[in-house]
Amino acid sequence: MECVFGLVGEGFAVVVADTSAVHSILVHKSNEDKIMVLDSHKLIAASGEPGDRVQFTEYIQKNVALYQFRNGIPLTTAAAANFTRGELATALRKNPYSVNILLAGYDKETGPSLYYIDYIATLHKVDKGAFGYGSYFSLSTMDRHYHSRMSVEEAIDLVDKCIIEIRSRLVVAPPNFVIKIVDKDGAREYAWRETVKDADVASA
Amino acid sequence: MSRRYDSRTTIFSPEGRLFQVEYAMEAIGNAGAAIGILSKDGVVLVGEKKVTSKLLQTSGSTEKMYKIDDHVACAVAGIMSDANILTNTARVQAQRYTFAYQEPMPVEQLVQSLCDTKQGYTQFGGLRPFGVSFLFAGWDKNLGFQLYMSDPSGNYGGWKAAAIGANNQAAQSMLKQDYKDDITREGAVELALKVLSKTMDSTSLSSDKLELAELFLSPSGTVKYQVSSPESLTKLLVKFGVNQPTTEDS
Repeated sequence: MECVFGLVGEGFAVVVADTSAVHSILVHKSNEDKIMVLDSHKLIAASGEPGDRVQFTEYIQKNVALYQFRNGIPLTTAAAANFTRGELATALRKNPYSVNILLAGYDKETGPSLYYIDYIATLHKVDKGAFGYGSYFSLSTMDRHYHSRMSVEEAIDLVDKCIIEIRSRLVVAPPNFVIKIVDKDGAREYAWRETVKDADVASA
Repeated sequence: MSRRYDSRTTIFSPEGRLFQVEYAMEAIGNAGAAIGILSKDGVVLVGEKKVTSKLLQTSGSTEKMYKIDDHVACAVAGIMSDANILTNTARVQAQRYTFAYQEPMPVEQLVQSLCDTKQGYTQFGGLRPFGVSFLFAGWDKNLGFQLYMSDPSGNYGGWKAAAIGANNQAAQSMLKQDYKDDITREGAVELALKVLSKTMDSTSLSSDKLELAELFLSPSGTVKYQVSSPESLTKLLVKFGVNQPTTEDS
């Protein structure tokens, strides 16, 4: 029931992920951050097997960092996306990773971009994308309201519409979401949308 | 000089030298010269052909210049068969990068990768080093036009103008005198041909003793690697006045 979605706006890209860590019927925690900062200007929103998700995204993150140390220049978003897809493809017919990824980035020369990479190494450059059961609702909502070159306000408004749709229509909808944005100033957390907060520890 | 430390590539001499690497560079010092010059709008590579015979079938292939990828080419000096192996290795490395990243490999990374391969032959395996020096000419979106020189030790450096092969020291000092930072591609061609004509042993220059290649951007922005035909090379030699028998000049 993991929900990940994202879209590209005017000079920025935004990605949203739910924050539930679930095992069968148990919710381990509801503030699990599934959007990793890949480097200064890239975000990876990942969903899938929890172990694979962390293992694979950390592997990509460290390889991206190694490239930058070795060569003095960062990878472009396109290059990082293709590298990520290549790693999934190589592992696919041996020991596959069950991870779906939305890779968002900002490059000075080409602006913002969003890449859809699924667990069987499909790669698409997209304006909007989504994974999971939530995608039925978020993709339809984005199809209805998205237009190119949206402002940050318009985009967050659309994100909130998607979250409302998921919350109201998905049977086991995750209660909390995290929103992260990447633009010319870098990748950063934008906001959380929480309906369930951890209870404060009662004092003795 | 200790002869006891010659034969194994993987050991230092007491003076801290790697003799096999130095002997490899000796081999290159006897080979046909090559000169590379970096200009604002392109890189020029000129090579001296050692194998000249009317019987030689040269249509299509070049002796000194090789295209490594769409945006990188190189000139070689040294043992031709060793050069073939290394240019093939460089080509594979460039394609492997593009396969992973779907982008052309930055020129310095390609040079570094090939040099790492060459370094391996100076440290382990017991195989002799490659007897080839390279001049790499390339363009990428990070650093624009670049020229790199590498030798059998696996060292490399970025250069504005460089010479390898026979008489390379004389050529290098001539380049140092006449090179200007704002040189155009045409000026670089002229300088390269003039320097090569002065350092080559042969008494007269003709287009069948030379190879000229240029790397530049076409009007549409794509990288072009162009090897001059014998006819256009002859015209250039006449234009720059370097086809006469070399006379003693100051």
